[in-house]
Amino acid sequence: MPAMAEIGTMRVKSGLAEMLKGGVIMDVVNADQAKIAEEAGACAVMALERVPADIRVQGGVARMSDPDMIKGIQAAVTIPVMAKCRIGHFAEAQILQALEVDYIDESEVLTPADLENHVDKWKYTVPFVCGATNLGEALRRLGEGAAMIRTKGEAGTGDIVNAVTHMRSVFGTIRRLGSMVEEELYSEAKRLQAPYELVKWVAENGRLPVVTFTAGGIATPADAALCMQLGADGVFVGSGIFKAGNPAQRARAIVEATTHFNDPEILARVSAGLGEAMVGISTASLKPEQLLETRGW
Amino acid sequence: MEKPLRIGVLALQGDFREHAAMLRRLDAAVVEVRLPGQLDGLDGLIIPGGESTTIGKLAAMYGLDDAIRAFRGAIFGTCAGLILLAREAVDGTHGQPLLGLVDIAVRRNAFGRQVASFEADLEVEGEPEPVHAVFIRAPWVESAGPGVQVLAEAAGHAVLAREGRYLVAAFHPELTGDTRIHEQFLDLVREEQGVRA
Repeated sequence: MPAMAEIGTMRVKSGLAEMLKGGVIMDVVNADQAKIAEEAGACAVMALERVPADIRVQGGVARMSDPDMIKGIQAAVTIPVMAKCRIGHFAEAQILQALEVDYIDESEVLTPADLENHVDKWKYTVPFVCGATNLGEALRRLGEGAAMIRTKGEAGTGDIVNAVTHMRSVFGTIRRLGSMVEEELYSEAKRLQAPYELVKWVAENGRLPVVTFTAGGIATPADAALCMQLGADGVFVGSGIFKAGNPAQRARAIVEATTHFNDPEILARVSAGLGEAMVGISTASLKPEQLLETRGW
Repeated sequence: MEKPLRIGVLALQGDFREHAAMLRRLDAAVVEVRLPGQLDGLDGLIIPGGESTTIGKLAAMYGLDDAIRAFRGAIFGTCAGLILLAREAVDGTHGQPLLGLVDIAVRRNAFGRQVASFEADLEVEGEPEPVHAVFIRAPWVESAGPGVQVLAEAAGHAVLAREGRYLVAAFHPELTGDTRIHEQFLDLVREEQGVRA
């Protein structure tokens, strides 16, 4: 690095997310899956011990992954490697930074460590991505220093409905902010429980100040295309790939669908012959305490 | 009034919207390129930042690799685009497909992982004032053939270079408000049109 260089600036942190746009970030639990993901065209991988579908089935406390596993994945691929810490678990975040992961996901998929506070993300050189179900939650995370947002959806279900609900909420609220006059923005900030300066920025610019992916329930190429057409900058796919038959082919098809999201003929071709999608759980059948989307404050 | 330049931006993955916005500020007409036919009638092409493995695979799946090799206009590659245009990637990512159009060998993620991503002022050939440059998991040019003109260096390695109608940057001029590098590229596009006319 040259002299007078600055590291860990918000431009550098959010800049990596800019480079991920139009891409698919895939959950992987070992080096072999990471290689399959890279080979299929993933723009990054998320290293975690269990995919959300397995966390649902097996229960127990879900924590940060074993550093050896993360290192194994870093050694196996050249694309960015992300990893998850529990909400508010700043010691896990410190460890992930020491491991030089490329992004930390402070994630509701893991069991929360703090029921009131999220990690103070400004303190880190490594950028953070955080989940959100609505605009207020997204702006609170940005206020804490997140450099990328993903709408939460409902992880580990293969049901896209919550992802759609959250995107409609975030993007719809942004559109409504654009029609408000100045004095209304103060009360809107109060209603959203979000920093006023960020609310004002979003109202003026018609978008979030950082890249916004979608996550939670994407299982097919059509799901990815739906999210992209609704305004997502890219998609996270968790259980949808390695819980399906023929993961390599499905992974590649979802990558193609994310790029060619506006081309129904290509979507029809890549959707064909993929074998079985993950079985999934309808989110409507989940009890309130089984929902992951409500974690985060 | 002069007819606006028609510049394509490869829109398979990465920060193609930022390049498009930069080009529009410079009054170019922008075309997003996802399929080979969309290269027709373009005066120049930008290959954006993103993941070079992802962009390379998507290009190969749809025959865009050969179409870009056959393209006659000027081409500008930033970061992933620089890697894709190179003859060789020295850290050898299991047969990563490259376009091989520029006589350079590049090292991917040469400065390190994301924790080492940085911004800094660069001295750039032909620019009296330094250019503020953003490097994200950036590559550098490890070695260059005799026809390659190095326009800027960081940490002793070439990070901006030109060979004939190709311009490559290891950093992201599209992430700042500074249009000078894109202006250099549009000059190259016009120069190349003059050569072909």
